[in-house]
Amino acid sequence: MGLKLGVPSKGRLMEKTFDWFGARGVTLGRAGSDREYAGRVEGIEGVELVLLSAGEIPRELNAGRIHLGVTGTDLVREKLGQWDQRVEELAELGFGHADLIIAVPQLWVDVETLDDLDEAAAAFRRTHGIRLRIATKYHRLVRDYLRSHGVADYQLVDSQGATEGTIKNETAEAVADITSTGETLRANHLKILSDALVLKSQATLFRSRRAELTEAERATLAELLERLDLD
Amino acid sequence: MVNTLPDRARVRSRAALLRAGFEQAGAAVVEAPVLVSAEALLDLYGEDLRARAYTTFDALRGEQMLRPDFTVPVVQMHMEGGAEPARYTYAGEVFRRQEEDEARTNEYLQVGFEIFDGSDPEAADAEVFARLQHAVAPLGLKATTGDIGILMAAVDGLNTTEARKRALRRHLWRPARFKQLLDRFAGRTPQPATRTALLEQADPFAEAGPEIGLRSRAEVEARLEALRADAAADPVPEAEVELIEAILKVRETLPYALERLRDIAVDLAPISGAVERLARRSQALSARGVNVEALEFEATYGRTHMEYYDGFVFGFVVERRPDLPAVASGGRYDALTRELGRAVGKPQGIPAVGGILRPGLMVELEDGLWA
Repeated sequence: MGLKLGVPSKGRLMEKTFDWFGARGVTLGRAGSDREYAGRVEGIEGVELVLLSAGEIPRELNAGRIHLGVTGTDLVREKLGQWDQRVEELAELGFGHADLIIAVPQLWVDVETLDDLDEAAAAFRRTHGIRLRIATKYHRLVRDYLRSHGVADYQLVDSQGATEGTIKNETAEAVADITSTGETLRANHLKILSDALVLKSQATLFRSRRAELTEAERATLAELLERLDLD
Repeated sequence: MVNTLPDRARVRSRAALLRAGFEQAGAAVVEAPVLVSAEALLDLYGEDLRARAYTTFDALRGEQMLRPDFTVPVVQMHMEGGAEPARYTYAGEVFRRQEEDEARTNEYLQVGFEIFDGSDPEAADAEVFARLQHAVAPLGLKATTGDIGILMAAVDGLNTTEARKRALRRHLWRPARFKQLLDRFAGRTPQPATRTALLEQADPFAEAGPEIGLRSRAEVEARLEALRADAAADPVPEAEVELIEAILKVRETLPYALERLRDIAVDLAPISGAVERLARRSQALSARGVNVEALEFEATYGRTHMEYYDGFVFGFVVERRPDLPAVASGGRYDALTRELGRAVGKPQGIPAVGGILRPGLMVELEDGLWA
C-alpha cells in the first residue's frame, strides 16, 4: 500500500499538477505509455499516484480511497455536502482558475443584478406559465447561492456541455457556468450579472479527513507535506 | 445512537394509535402514493425543494419525488372530488433529503389530521390545535402559535402600488429579502445604482445584443416600463413601515399579543379583520380547554419554513433542545387549496387547516433519549 495521491488523468490540469509537484522535488509521471493510467512517483518513498478523472476525485476523497487529491474547488463544493468536514484544503495551486457565474442574454438590458433576475423571473413566470430556466451542471452550488440571495421562481435545468447554447435553443433563459475569460459568453451574446459570482475556483490540493492512515503512511504524509512546504 | 433508537414496530403501532384517535374525531383514513409528480411540488415550493426532497426519474413519467409531506397529495385528492365538509387522517413515511446534518433522519413517520370546512374556520383551527396538543400532552412540550394572515393583511393594506404589494407578498417567506424590498419602497435605501443609470439612458437598448431566447424584447420593454413606474411612485409612508415592523416584533402570550395587535390596528385599519379572526380563534381555543393565558404567540412564527401556510400556524417543540425538529406542527393553508383547485376547475378552493405528529420523536422522548 502507501499514501495515495489522486491527480487528474489528462490534459492541462494533469500537466500543471505534475509541474507543481516537480518544482518542489517530487516527480510525478505516467508509468508506461501515454495511454496507461498508472502513475509513478520519484523523489519520495511510499507515495502512490492514482490517475483519475478530476470529477471523480471529490468522491474518492470522501470515500477515503485516496488520502490526497488535486481537483477544482468548484467540484468539491458541488459534490460534497459539508465539504469542509470531509476534506481539508492544503494548498491552492495557482492554476485552473475559473469563476462560476450567472449570465443572461445581452438583450436583457433590464437585468444587471440578482435583484433584477428575481424580478424578471416573477414576470417571466406570469407571462409564460413556467419558472425561468437556468442551465447548469452546478446544481447544488447555484441553488444554495440563489436561495441565500432570495431569488425565486426559477428552475435549474441540467446541462453537461455547450451550456451557452441553451438560450438560443430556447431550452433555458439564463446559464450558470464556469468561465475564465468570458469570451464564449460574449460570442453567444450573453453578459455576466454584476453581483453574481457564485464561486471562485482553482486547482487545489485536498486531504481526505476520512481516509485512515497507518503509522507508515502518516510518516510519509508528514514528509511529503514538508517537501511541499505545507507543514 | 442508531442502536438506541426505538424499533420501527413500536413507532408504527404508536402511529396507528394516533391515527385511530383522529378517526374517532370523525376523520376518514386516506392513503397517498409514495412517489408524487415532481413538477407540481416544484411549482409550489420552488427549486429549493430539491435540497429537501429526494428526486428520482424514469423515461416515461419524468421526474418523481419521494413524498416530502402528505398535505399536497391530500389536498389534490380532496380537490379532485372530496365531499365537503371533510376531515382526513393518515399515517405514513415522508422522506427528507439531508445535506447538512447526517444525524437528522431522512425518513420518518407522520400522522396527520386535516379539516376542510369553511363553516367556522377559527373553530377548526382550535380543534386541530387542541387535538394535537392532547396527543403530545404527556411530553411537556412548548407550544408556539402565530398567524401569517396578519402580516399578509398589513401588506395588502399599504398605501402603495399593486406591483410593490405583489413583490412583498411574493417574498413574505424570505424575511431578509422582504426587509430589503420594504426599505427600498419606503425610500430608506436608494435604488440600486445600476437601475438609476439604466433609467437615465436615452436608448437603453444601445448595447443590447440580438434577440435570443424565449424572453422577448417586448418583455424587457415591459419591465423597463415597470421600473420607470416604480421610480415615479411615492415612497411607502414611513409610519406604515413602522407599523409593519411593530407587527413583526409582537411576541407575547396570546392575550397580550392580541391587545398589542389591536393597538396597531387602530393606526393600520386593514389588519382589523385578521386581528378579529385571531380574537375569535383565541375564544375557540379557550372553549376547547386550551390555556390561552399561557400560550405563546409570535407574529413571525412559521415565516421561514412553513411556506404554504397563510393563516394560523403552530408548533410543539422540546424547549431545552432547539436542535430537534418540532414534534407536532401545522397550520391553515386556504391559498394552497385555491392553487391546487385551479387545475381541477375549483379555483375558489376551500378553507383548510391541519397538522402532523411525529410518532418516532414522541416514542424517543418517552424513552428519555433526548433528556
